[in-house]
Amino acid sequence: MIYNGIHLLLVAAFPPLLLGIINRTKAFFGGRQGPPVLQPYFDLWRLLRKGSVQSTTTTWIFRFGPIVSLTTAFFAALLIPLGPDRAPLSFAGDLLLFAYLLALGRFFLVLAALDTGSAFEGMGAAREVTFACFAEPAMFFCLLVLAKVTGSLRMVELFHGSLFAGTGTTGAPLLLVLMSWFLLMLAENCRIPFDDPNTHLELTMIHEVIVLDHSGPMLALLQQGAAIKLFVFASLLVRLAVPLDFQNPWVSYPVFVAAVCLVAVLLGIVESVMARLRMVLVPHVLTAAAVTAAFGFVLLVTLQ
Amino acid sequence: MPMTGNASLLLSGVIVTAASGVPGLLFGRRSQLGQWITTSLAIVGSGAGLVGAVAGLVGPMTPVLRFPSPIPQADVVLAADSLSAFFLVPVFLISLLGSIYGLDYWRQTEHQENGRKLRLFYGLLTAALAVLILARNSVTFLFGWEIMAVSAFFLVSTDDQDAQVREAGWLYLAASHAATLCLFAMFALLYGLTGSFDLAPLPAAALTPAGTTAIFLLALAGFGLKAGIMPLHFWLPSAHAMAPSHVSAVMSGVLIKTGIYGLVRMTSLLPQPPVWWGGLLLALGVVSAVLGVAFALGQHDLKRLLAYHSIENIGIIVIGLALALLGRALDQDIWVTLGLAGCLLHVWNHALFKSLLFLSAGSVIHSQHTREIDHLGGLAKVMPWTAVCFLIGATAICGLPPLNGFVSEFLIYSGLLRTLGLGREPGFPVAAFAVPALALMGALAVACFVKVFGVVFLGVSRVPHSHPTHESPWTMLFPQGVLAVCCFAIGLGPTLVAPVLDRTIVVWSGKFVAEPALAQAAALPQISAAAIFLLAALAVGAAALNWRLRTQPLGWTETWGCGYTGPTPRMQYTASSFAQFLVMLFGWALRPTVHQPRLTSLFPQAAKFQSHVPEVVLDRLVMPTFHLAARILFWFRVMQQGSVQIYLVYVFAILVLLLLVYR
Repeated sequence: MIYNGIHLLLVAAFPPLLLGIINRTKAFFGGRQGPPVLQPYFDLWRLLRKGSVQSTTTTWIFRFGPIVSLTTAFFAALLIPLGPDRAPLSFAGDLLLFAYLLALGRFFLVLAALDTGSAFEGMGAAREVTFACFAEPAMFFCLLVLAKVTGSLRMVELFHGSLFAGTGTTGAPLLLVLMSWFLLMLAENCRIPFDDPNTHLELTMIHEVIVLDHSGPMLALLQQGAAIKLFVFASLLVRLAVPLDFQNPWVSYPVFVAAVCLVAVLLGIVESVMARLRMVLVPHVLTAAAVTAAFGFVLLVTLQ
Repeated sequence: MPMTGNASLLLSGVIVTAASGVPGLLFGRRSQLGQWITTSLAIVGSGAGLVGAVAGLVGPMTPVLRFPSPIPQADVVLAADSLSAFFLVPVFLISLLGSIYGLDYWRQTEHQENGRKLRLFYGLLTAALAVLILARNSVTFLFGWEIMAVSAFFLVSTDDQDAQVREAGWLYLAASHAATLCLFAMFALLYGLTGSFDLAPLPAAALTPAGTTAIFLLALAGFGLKAGIMPLHFWLPSAHAMAPSHVSAVMSGVLIKTGIYGLVRMTSLLPQPPVWWGGLLLALGVVSAVLGVAFALGQHDLKRLLAYHSIENIGIIVIGLALALLGRALDQDIWVTLGLAGCLLHVWNHALFKSLLFLSAGSVIHSQHTREIDHLGGLAKVMPWTAVCFLIGATAICGLPPLNGFVSEFLIYSGLLRTLGLGREPGFPVAAFAVPALALMGALAVACFVKVFGVVFLGVSRVPHSHPTHESPWTMLFPQGVLAVCCFAIGLGPTLVAPVLDRTIVVWSGKFVAEPALAQAAALPQISAAAIFLLAALAVGAAALNWRLRTQPLGWTETWGCGYTGPTPRMQYTASSFAQFLVMLFGWALRPTVHQPRLTSLFPQAAKFQSHVPEVVLDRLVMPTFHLAARILFWFRVMQQGSVQIYLVYVFAILVLLLLVYR
């Protein structure tokens, strides 16, 4: 019970901090002081209290999009392990629910964008669903490798710090999965080099242009949903890379939180030293991610 | 012979629906009364059949009914085991809802020249579908099959004033008869091997490996043509697009499933399958699923797009069946349970959500008089209920929770993941490559339905309305509502259908109990709980946000144009531009044709841009082959005089020849 409480608290309250850390890291690399680490929380609080402006073109879909986006991200976060090997919800095959919840969120988010009738938002929507067609197979190749290595279909057991627990034959495939998952995390959360969250030209955006017309509480919901999604992918990356099967949860939770913060720093570094890719190259990189994981799968099956 | 209650319900359903169109013929062209009588009969007949089918599914099995016929060895043999009853439920449900829908969609007063014809063949099609599914004898089966094919031809070409409709009808008829030819060959082979027309499990002793292989391949070709498995799908898009929408719903939801029924039935009769059967079906299923949705992305005709999605879903169903066959070949019962359960449940699910989508699309066409997606837009405001129904169908067909599509895809995914060989279980990891392929298909389906729903229902209308826009009458909304509720019911309570699926799996695998039972093989209660939880969370969230927005200042303005102040509706993203990138990536298969102006001078004239994704298999393979055949066979034209007497002479001559040879 207490673990579920900690899990819920982490999912609800921790994600905006990651954005704060990323921005602070970028500011450091840019030689600036940067906003406070807690700035994303202030932003959310301000947005929630603000009024909003809505386009006359829109229907109820426009309001429903942010709700679905946040709910599915939150739900997906309940299926994954954070510190210890447990999750509030877990059953055989929950990896499918995980993947399809994220797809449901994307479906309604993109519909909410199209609801405005804006060409810019149409552009962002088309890009989002197009790139997802590359990201989804990559994700499932990763999950296939993990399922084969762990012999399980539960998220809790799939992501089990397996990189270090494995034997010689599983090490190499898992390393490939780790690489693939890192690229996936960047792509699914629209970070550099796939998309620049701080860009100022609507023509070059993906995620930011989708939420262009949302304001006030709706924008707050969207931002919190995006933050939770980033947190989910970062957590799973940590679970892959860090041997987190400590028996004592009071050790594993702090280690986990520290590791996720480190991932945020890493993201900040990546965003500071790289430029955004040209849009046509995004599928190439995502295909590379899928092929990397597929190669890991082939390696695993042939080695065993 | 003794007849149980549900057998008589089923039989009366068949007879009443078959005859339902006849009274209409007695009334005048403008008579509303004839339409009402016909539709009432169709509703009563389908209703009786539906009750009988459901009773057969949950209650005791019906005995085999045998009616003597003048043809030796070819009595009419009918029976409804769980497998038949399972396929009969969507037949009667969809045709019942379709006939209600047809009342206002194809009103007799508006379609005087073909309304009566439509209703006559609609009833006949329902009855024929039921007969072929009930048949336990190959002659009876082919009888039903042929009536189905021909009445569907008349339904597709209902609007035969239009040349495109006639062309689609002929293409369908030709493809359908090619399928029938394969089935004739298959049943002849079966008769040669067993000496009986009965459709009963084949004794292993009677079969040679070559004979079984030939039967399987002929079944795959014949039933595959009907189901629309790629590359045998070329007839399907135009036929589905040209038929009236409630007929499209029956064709896509039910008629093409007879191909699946045939495959499921035949594989249940044949003994232990070799591994390559499952492998071949798996490859065909993956190709159909991925390319079906890729072709759909390139379409800009609303119903043609939905038709390509049928090919995709047939692919998913075939993957499930392939998994079950692999399980039987390799003795993995859990693959059989998950694969076949996924296959069968997806048959139901696809019948529900695809019919729902076709009916909603029909409402759009009825109100806007166009199927062109790029001419529509902003309909969610004027047709709110149709929009909600279409959205539910779209969410379901993408396999998203908490709707029914997710449940059947979950079963198939779980089965495919088992082929990895988890823990100490034996595996067949090649099959697991279908998992990322299914994921790709899922993402493409999301892209496609975001495109359709976004362009048709959201934003603002792209062309000025020439017709007054209106929400559909209740006769058209009610069937959609029923289907939407069914989608939710299976999505939220998959445990309710598990026992039914178990019984059907028992019939297919020839065992006495389903081992393992579906409830043990898949975490259905958890799926159900998750779906209910998700729906509740969404409802609470939506209520909270609405409350928040009501208590805060809310301004209304036009869409932010990023600084541009004179946007017009034509600047919105269109279906073509939305899918352009993906169509380009799949260009190697789709072969899109693009006509774009070449800009030469500094001040170019007004120009047009056109892009189109044609039916590749038809244009590049089927048509050239047939043109070649026509040229080669040109010299036989002398025998074709077009006079009935001469053909009778031919028949007589062949008969004499055969009697002389096989004396």
